Amino acid sequence: MSDLRELYQEVILDHNKKPRNFRRLEGANATAEGYNPLCGDQITVYLELEGDVIRSISFQGAGCAISKASASMMTTSVKGKTRAEVEALFDRVHKMLTRELDTKVNSHELGKLAVLSGVCEFPARVKCASLAWHTLNAALEAKKEPVSTE
Amino acid sequence: MKVASEVPRLDVQRLRADFPILDRKVHGKRLVYLDSAATTQKPEAVIEALSHYYRTFNANIHRGIHSLAEEATEAYEQTRRKVASFIGGVEPRSIIFTRNATEGLNLVAYAWGRHHVGSGDEILLTEMEHHSNLVPWMLLAREKGAVLKHIPITDEGELRLDCLSDLMTARTKVVSVTLVSNVLGTINPVREIADAAHRYGALMVVDGAQGVPHLPVDVRALDCDFLAFSGHKMLGPTGVGVLYGRPELLMNMEPFLGGGEMIREVRLDRATWNDIPWKFEAGTPNIADVVAFSAALDYLEAVGMDAVRAHEVELTGYGLERLLSLGWIKIYGPRDPDRRGGVLAFNDPEIHAHDLSTILDQYGIAIRAGHHCAQPLMRRLGAAATSRASFYLYNDRDDIDALVEALIAAGKYFGRNTRVHPAG
Repeated sequence: MSDLRELYQEVILDHNKKPRNFRRLEGANATAEGYNPLCGDQITVYLELEGDVIRSISFQGAGCAISKASASMMTTSVKGKTRAEVEALFDRVHKMLTRELDTKVNSHELGKLAVLSGVCEFPARVKCASLAWHTLNAALEAKKEPVSTE
Repeated sequence: MKVASEVPRLDVQRLRADFPILDRKVHGKRLVYLDSAATTQKPEAVIEALSHYYRTFNANIHRGIHSLAEEATEAYEQTRRKVASFIGGVEPRSIIFTRNATEGLNLVAYAWGRHHVGSGDEILLTEMEHHSNLVPWMLLAREKGAVLKHIPITDEGELRLDCLSDLMTARTKVVSVTLVSNVLGTINPVREIADAAHRYGALMVVDGAQGVPHLPVDVRALDCDFLAFSGHKMLGPTGVGVLYGRPELLMNMEPFLGGGEMIREVRLDRATWNDIPWKFEAGTPNIADVVAFSAALDYLEAVGMDAVRAHEVELTGYGLERLLSLGWIKIYGPRDPDRRGGVLAFNDPEIHAHDLSTILDQYGIAIRAGHHCAQPLMRRLGAAATSRASFYLYNDRDDIDALVEALIAAGKYFGRNTRVHPAG
C-alpha cells in the first residue's frame, strides 16, 4: 500500500479538494478543451497570454483526483512563464510520469510538481496526470479542435 | 423474473476450482474478480478445448475433404447447434457466428437496415443503450436520413414504457433494446416492447450481451427478430459473437461481408450467395474459439441457467445491502434484485471512480471504472463516471465483503473518518 500513499499524497488530495484557479477566466485570449475518451475526464484550460508570457491561467472540468490535482498544480507553476519555459517544464513532467526522469536527482527542476512522481507506478493513470498539460499545449498552439489523450 | 424455489444453490467453492486464474494473486492479495460484465474468466474445460483443437484437429472448415477438415467442420457446426439449443431451441441455421455482439448489431443495421430503412423512417432505441447499440444505428440514420428516437428512463433506471405509444409511429422500422443494462443492471421487459414493435410492423432487435450470459433466455418467449451476444461474457474465449436472426429475414437479406465461404457461385462480374447462415460468415471464421465456446456452453448447461440467475439475485441483494449500509455510496439502477442483473454501478461522492479503481486494485479487486461505453446514459444519470462491480457464478459473499472493506480503506486514503454500521 506504500505505492498508494506515494500516489495520494496530502498535497495531491489538497489540490483535489480545493483546486487552485478553478474557474472561467474573464479576459482569456486562448482556451482549449481536453478530453480523455477512455474515462470521460474533461478539462478546459483558459489562458491570458501577453506576447509569449502566460499572464493568467485557470481551468474547469471534471475528472479524478490525479487529473484535477495535476491541473491545479500546473496552473500555479506556469503563471508568468514563457512559452519556451512551459514547453521545457512539460517535457520534464512527462519524463517524470513515464519514469524517464529520476525525480530524486531532478526534483529542483520540477518544484512542487515532483509530488506527482508516484503516478509512474500506475501506468494506467499517466494519462490522467498529463491531460491538463496536453490541453495547455493545445491552448498555446491555439488549436481550435479539442485534444484527446488517445 | 421469478426463480423457482427448487433451483439448487451453486456450490461456488467447487466451481471456483474450475477457474485457474482465480488462484492468482494481485499485488500479493487474493484476486477478487468483479468485472465479469466486461469479460468473464474461463474454466479449465474451455482453455483445454482451445488447446485440444490446435493440438489434434486444427484445419480450415467447410472446404477440405481430409479428416482434420471434417472433424473441425463438425466441431464448429456442433457449437452452432448448441447455441441454437441454448437460447430456446431455435433452428441452427438462424445462428451466425460473428466476432462479438457489436458486430452482430452492426450486421443487422447494415445488411437489413440499409435495405429497409429510408429517409424519414424511425429507429427506436433507449437512453440506456451501450454504444454498440447506438452507433451502428446512428451510422444508418445518417446515411439514410432516418430519425433516431429513444425510450427515456425513470430516475430508478427503468424504461418508461408509458412513453412507448407516443414514440412508436407508422414510420418506426426497427426497435433495438438491451435485455440487461450494462450499467444499471435493469432487466428490460423485452417481450412487451417486441409486441408493440410488431404491432407497428417494426423489427425487434435485442442486445443480449449482458442478458444471455446471466438469465435463462428463450428467443421465442422474447419474440425478437434478432438477438446479439458475445461468447467471452459467458465463459467462452474472446473473438466469438452470436447473432440469432429469424430465418425468413436472414434469407431475404443481402450479405454483410463478401468473400470466400459466403458464396455459391462467383463469376468475374457477379455472384450468388450461400445458404444461411454461411451467407453471413465470409472468410475463415474464428474456428478455434467457436470450438472452445462449445465447452463454455456445456459448462453453463451443467450448472443450469436458473441456478446462475438465482445465485446472482442472491449475491446482488447482498451486495446492495452491504454497499448501502456504508451510508455514503450512491447506487444506480433498481433496488429490487429480482428486477436487475448482477451489475452494480456505484459512486463514492468524494472519490472519483478512477481513484477508487486504482485503490481497489491494490487490494486485488478488479472492478470497472468510467463511462462503461454508455455516455448518453451517464449524462442522463448526471455522473461523469461510475465504478461498477459485476458478478458471475464464481463470485460469492466473500468477494463482496472484500469490496466493502476496500471501499472503507479507500475512504481513509481520502481522509474520511469512517464509522461503519454493520450489515443487516
